[in-house]
Amino acid sequence: MIISIASGKGGTGKTTVAANLAASLDQAVTVLDCDVEEPNLHLFLHPKIHTRENVVAPIPRVDMEKCTLCKRCMEICRFNAIAVAGKTVVTFPELCHSCGGCSAICPEGAVTEMERVLGIVETGTGPVPDMGFAQGLLDVGQVMVPPVIRKVKSHIDTQGITLIDAPPGTSCPVIAAMKDTDFVILVTEPTPFGLNDLKLAVETVRMMDIPHGLIINRAGMGDDAVYAYAKEQHLPVLLEIPFDRKIAEAYSRGDLIISRSNDLKEKFQTLYHDICRLVDAQRCAP
Amino acid sequence: MKIAITSTGQDLSAEMDPRFGRAAYILVVDTDTLNFDVIDNAANKDAFKGAGIQAAAAVSDKGAQVLLTGFCGPNAFKTLEAAGVKVVNDVSGTVQDAVDRFKTGAYDYSSAPNADGHW
Repeated sequence: MIISIASGKGGTGKTTVAANLAASLDQAVTVLDCDVEEPNLHLFLHPKIHTRENVVAPIPRVDMEKCTLCKRCMEICRFNAIAVAGKTVVTFPELCHSCGGCSAICPEGAVTEMERVLGIVETGTGPVPDMGFAQGLLDVGQVMVPPVIRKVKSHIDTQGITLIDAPPGTSCPVIAAMKDTDFVILVTEPTPFGLNDLKLAVETVRMMDIPHGLIINRAGMGDDAVYAYAKEQHLPVLLEIPFDRKIAEAYSRGDLIISRSNDLKEKFQTLYHDICRLVDAQRCAP
Repeated sequence: MKIAITSTGQDLSAEMDPRFGRAAYILVVDTDTLNFDVIDNAANKDAFKGAGIQAAAAVSDKGAQVLLTGFCGPNAFKTLEAAGVKVVNDVSGTVQDAVDRFKTGAYDYSSAPNADGHW
């Protein structure tokens, strides 16, 4: 069972949900922080990190002694990451999507590949020994996020439960995080901003054809437009987390919000069982 | 010598386009004869990324040795530098004005890009 937690809008509570759902479950669980531009799940789970691995991607290297300036590499690159400039060829590693097209098409064998480091992936164990943990961290100055996310996702536990904390937004990084998951939890808040970005996220998840449901965080603030939208679109509201000072304080100290309320822990357990019912029952852990 | 000038129109009386990579047109003018080629930059204007790189390669292909423009970003500058095209940033007015002033030696070549890249 692989559940991704996404939102559209940032700051709605994805990480809160991921950390607290993970800590509420009785079964073994693996939690992956795929918000590799600013991973923060570790602040709540305090995992012990055991391994650290570079994420690399190929970029072109041009041998000017073999190059005939034919421009085929330049023409095939849709990201303009390689260009024939006068009598030389310039490359732009930060624009390169590592498709390998330039080296494949070069008739002279002048374009070969070398590696560039995009970031790192760390793995470890969570606060309890049977909690697996992994997070990606994109290097400063890099913009190629999906390869780092894919590397984090190589640590999915296909036998047990995996929770994926996705980045905000609806662009490539979010798609990479949600892809091939069994269920998407969309965390929103009952505000106009929350609703606007929720609509975008719902469109994205529908396009990917993944079963999904809502968690409304800070319930009690804002207005009821999110509820009306959920009803109109037949989106199940799986959980409401109240807009409560105690919860905000726990969060701001890096504590789990379930530590302040047994009631919430039970709700997170119920959430998991509700999700299981919504997904193909066969795929769920017993 | 041939110089490239970013332009909003297709003749020498047109106002310059301050942008390089996403300029409407780039005129490549022979400073001796005032004959010129027009690069229609429409495809680049709406490019997703790397407009400056493509424009820089096109300017070099047309044989320009100097580029006069308003703003030149880092990737365009790197490409122009590799191609041996010198850059003058912060130029404005009509294309004709720019050619005239260039011929009087009024411009200093820029040593660095003067706009940030776009992501």
